[in-house]
Amino acid sequence: MQEAEKPSRFEDAVLPNLDAAFNLARWLVRNDHDAEDVVQEACVRALKYFSAYRGENSRAWLLAIVRNTGYDWIKKNRPTDLVTVLDEGRDGGSADPVDHFAKELSNPEILLLQRADEELLKKALEALPAEFREVMILRETEEMSYKEIASVCDIPLGTVMSRLARGRKQLQSWLVEREKQG
Amino acid sequence: MNDHIEPNLLHGYLDGELDPDRSLVIESHLHKCQDCSQEYRNLQALRSAIRSNVPYYPAPLRLRRQLDSILRAAAKVDKPQARTVKLWPWMGIGVGASLAFALMMVWSLGIFRWQTPVENLLVQEVLSSHVRSLMANHLTDVVSSNLHTVKPWFNGRVDFSPTVKDLTTSGFQLVGGRLDYIDNHPVAALVFRHQQHLINLFTWPAHREKDQRVQSLTQQGYHVIHWTQAGMEYWAVSDLNEQELQEFVRLYQ
Repeated sequence: MQEAEKPSRFEDAVLPNLDAAFNLARWLVRNDHDAEDVVQEACVRALKYFSAYRGENSRAWLLAIVRNTGYDWIKKNRPTDLVTVLDEGRDGGSADPVDHFAKELSNPEILLLQRADEELLKKALEALPAEFREVMILRETEEMSYKEIASVCDIPLGTVMSRLARGRKQLQSWLVEREKQG
Repeated sequence: MNDHIEPNLLHGYLDGELDPDRSLVIESHLHKCQDCSQEYRNLQALRSAIRSNVPYYPAPLRLRRQLDSILRAAAKVDKPQARTVKLWPWMGIGVGASLAFALMMVWSLGIFRWQTPVENLLVQEVLSSHVRSLMANHLTDVVSSNLHTVKPWFNGRVDFSPTVKDLTTSGFQLVGGRLDYIDNHPVAALVFRHQQHLINLFTWPAHREKDQRVQSLTQQGYHVIHWTQAGMEYWAVSDLNEQELQEFVRLYQ
């Protein structure tokens, strides 16, 4: 019976990716308890949608469900967390071309980054809008390709690139501001 | 090439996502241009700071154990499943639904109930949706006692128009509606209140045309009444006593 194989295949699709699922949920909702709820709910959904899963990239498949579940959770519980990213077209747009070289940062910025500890970077990332935070997390902690990120977040490849560009730029500015304030 | 690199492309280059031709152009520009190479070094420093210092949150052991035990339980449920479908063809239950039910039951009620006769998996699914709607603080998506608000709300959300009745004069007040997911379909859940008791009425298009008589049963202190009428499935669930729930169903029919 073909269907009898599904639980074990479901395990194969989900269990190896559970850390990635929790990591993404944790960064989206920003605390352990709510992240557990989100992952649980996402696993329920994943089971429901499992018949539509065609066996391709299981991490991207699961993370897309986690992401949607996380956004639903945020919309319901913390709607103010979501700001719409306005100035980007379907093809991605560009990241503030005029003012992109913040020359005064240059070398001091590298020193600053070398001093930045876990707590500071965590705060900086958590301060980013969710749309930027998620692409940064998927890229830098999961080391996903643009194509994978595009499928998780359901956005075009160009938007992945522009969101990463803007996310990194905001992160830099945040760290520099923080440094100035002491 | 005197113009600076388009900023997004520098990020694409950093991430190794550009095609070889573009990468070569950028590489040679970085050799010549102080500003761009400085910016690139900044980005590299940012990346290495993030990769070495940003916390990674692995799944807590508790979550992992929970999922493990649920999957084992779901695998057990799966075996009698084949017989069930033959016995109860009208259920049309998929494995996905039964597994989803397994997860929901464990997570919403925190108990294992796999000893329960499996002929009523759909009953369990409806029941756990009811319980979850009360526990998860997600009773309604549209809050209104006005049927002319609740009924149109489902337009575009489900591919059918549920029958919504106003039974306020009989003591069953419409609270609102909610989108739910049962038996592998999006379904309409209508919520009514009778005194302190809530009733979830789930409805979706029936698999077969013929109307089915009212069937009722009691499980875990909840009463579930099922019937089909005019091509629609109806499932009423509540902790209301059986007579009153039957009264509700009679009025609804």
